[in-house]
Amino acid sequence: MRGKWGIMAKGAVKIVVERCKACGFCVEFCPTKVLALSSAFNSKGYHPPHVVATEKCSGCDLCGMYCPDFAIFGYRQPQPQATPNKETADAR
Amino acid sequence: MSEVRNPVEPFLRMDRMPHIWCPGCGIGTTVNCFTRALIESKVDLDHVTIVSGIGCTGRVAGYVKLDSFHTTHGRAIPFATGLKLANPKLNVIVYSGDGDLSAIGGNHLIHAARRNIDLKIVCVNNLIYAMTGGQTAPTTPNDAVTSTAPYGSYEPAFNLPHLVEAAGAVYVARWTTYHVRQLARSMQEAFAKKGFSFIEVLSPCPTLYQRRNKLGDGLETMKYYKEKSKVRNGAPTSEVGLTMQGEIIVGKFVDRDRPDYRELMRHRLAETLGDRYVECEELVCS
Amino acid sequence: MHADPRGVLTGVHFLDGDHACCEGALTAGARFASGYPITPSTEVVERFAARVPTLGGIFIQMEDELAASIALQGAVWGGAKAFTVTSGPGFSLMMEHIGYAAMTETPCVFVNVQRGGPSTGLPTLPAQADMMQARWGSHGDYGIIALCPNSPQECFDLTIQAFNFAEQFRVPVMLMMDEVVGHMTEKVVIPPAEQIEIFPRRHTSKPPADYLPYETNGDMVPEMAHAGEGYKFHITGLTHDERGYPVMTVPAQDKLVRRLQQKIERAADEIALYEEEKVDDAEVVVVSYGITSRVAQRAIELARAQGRRVGKFRLITAWPFPEHRIRQLAQRTKAFVVPELNLGQMVREVERLAGGLSRVLPVSHAGGGVHRPEDILQAILEAAS
Repeated sequence: MRGKWGIMAKGAVKIVVERCKACGFCVEFCPTKVLALSSAFNSKGYHPPHVVATEKCSGCDLCGMYCPDFAIFGYRQPQPQATPNKETADAR
Repeated sequence: MSEVRNPVEPFLRMDRMPHIWCPGCGIGTTVNCFTRALIESKVDLDHVTIVSGIGCTGRVAGYVKLDSFHTTHGRAIPFATGLKLANPKLNVIVYSGDGDLSAIGGNHLIHAARRNIDLKIVCVNNLIYAMTGGQTAPTTPNDAVTSTAPYGSYEPAFNLPHLVEAAGAVYVARWTTYHVRQLARSMQEAFAKKGFSFIEVLSPCPTLYQRRNKLGDGLETMKYYKEKSKVRNGAPTSEVGLTMQGEIIVGKFVDRDRPDYRELMRHRLAETLGDRYVECEELVCS
Repeated sequence: MHADPRGVLTGVHFLDGDHACCEGALTAGARFASGYPITPSTEVVERFAARVPTLGGIFIQMEDELAASIALQGAVWGGAKAFTVTSGPGFSLMMEHIGYAAMTETPCVFVNVQRGGPSTGLPTLPAQADMMQARWGSHGDYGIIALCPNSPQECFDLTIQAFNFAEQFRVPVMLMMDEVVGHMTEKVVIPPAEQIEIFPRRHTSKPPADYLPYETNGDMVPEMAHAGEGYKFHITGLTHDERGYPVMTVPAQDKLVRRLQQKIERAADEIALYEEEKVDDAEVVVVSYGITSRVAQRAIELARAQGRRVGKFRLITAWPFPEHRIRQLAQRTKAFVVPELNLGQMVREVERLAGGLSRVLPVSHAGGGVHRPEDILQAILEAAS
């Protein structure tokens, strides 16, 4: 997952669009402003979030902590240049 | 890459999703914090039991993949008392709302704190009875309009941290659903603490409290929490009462040690009965 | 299985009904009680509080009857056998949790040492006026079992029976004593533990992956698991399916509520215990229970001395009511006489089952004392005429 400037983002988010009720907590409280509410609707008529700044995601999972609908979470990406740490990779 | 999973999912009954909570309700957020606290505590999940009363927060027990009891209105604490006494190995968490715990269950709340039963209480406070349609609760601040106080509430409200501290709780904290990391840490501390622990979590009820009082939606409420909360660990609980849209004092207010009910019982009975006292760790019938 | 000998005070004792009830509970394996003081029942838990710490158990005095009646259910799900004890006003407060026990199928025992009501009524004096409340007191439809001892010996025996039925059918069982039986002191024989049968908990043998908390087999009673065993089950007072999950539909309600009632009704002949004497050729059958059955005994003897053919039918189980037997007797007896310390409760069942085939004469008493045998005798003579 390479960002705009070819830098590997530290983290990523996963969104379960259908579970979202568009409260906007994840968008508001993302410390690096990775997310925005999409203009698209899910089947219940809500606007789920989508990623607008992939490269900024640190994988801190604050979105996951806030999401009252368990519809989004963040995770850290394995960093190829760093020494692979098997333990943390497995822990995911 | 391999499939990554939301860390909350292993703790949820995914076959019951989606849950019933409204858009912008904060109860789900508290559940995230609860599961993070369970992960960090490394407790054996087989020995964690969750007990809820009735109401929106009372539904948490039904969604969490643990031994879980959805009891009667207000009676989660006495049910949990029996459960914990029968099997002291269980880590018993009572997860319920402000109306359930402090109105109909108020008597049980103070007596369990007085006895120092080893229970962890998570009280999600949305300042209102939400499940039944937004009626006045003992926590509803002055001036707030509710379905049963259409001209504004004029009853003085409970200051819950002050109440439970006076009754004897050994651990008392308050956070809001904005303070997710602090809340998770507080829960983790409470799990490790022996005795009656009480964590109040202010949470939006956009459908019934905020909307009726023209306070915006869940997100507006979260922004209010962010702006108006002041962390004051160790603040005297007499000073942490809530007002409508006023400052919110959050933090860990009480962290003290005193012997819990089982220890007091064991001590007294061993002293008076001597060899005749038979202590039993678990009351398992065959 | 047999009773755990540690809890059994084998021997011949001189006990009142309240104390005998406590010994029955200990014999049955109860190691947890939660109570709230109320006359005339408190002696049961006072004795329990003194005895149980020497047997590895716990008594806790709760803040009210609502707490007492749910704490015991927490203890049951934690693995214990548990009960509570109360009288009229407390019984009224416990109704919600009798419903919770019925709905969640929590095996437990509620002892009610009945006193005069309504409200605070006659705290120290007897009545039998909570009989319908025992059956119907909580809201909704469900089945329960209620037993009626008429002596301290039966307070002992039927307390064990109450626990056994509770475990066998996973149902709250009411032990409906009355103030006189509770405070009357008589000989109580406690047999050796190996002669006392105990119905064990219906604990599941399935591994967690295969276990559904409300899956039932042929006898309509599901198997239990306890908290802390890795089953991660859910229990709710809401209408639920076999998984224990809330389901708010007509079919789910129909399936669950019918089963809660039918699991007791279909076993009614097994549960409905009674004692009868000379009923086969009786022209009049006296139906009574509890302390009233002992007053009725005198009236029956007086009537027989006058040459009347009078049968005795004593309810040991009040609920489920012995419907088949009363229907049979109605075919051949001229009349039933039903004395009770209330203004007419169980007599309604007799009237319903007699179905107009035989006369039914209530002998009511508002409570506070027992009947005069002559009043029952008069009803017998009137019925026989």
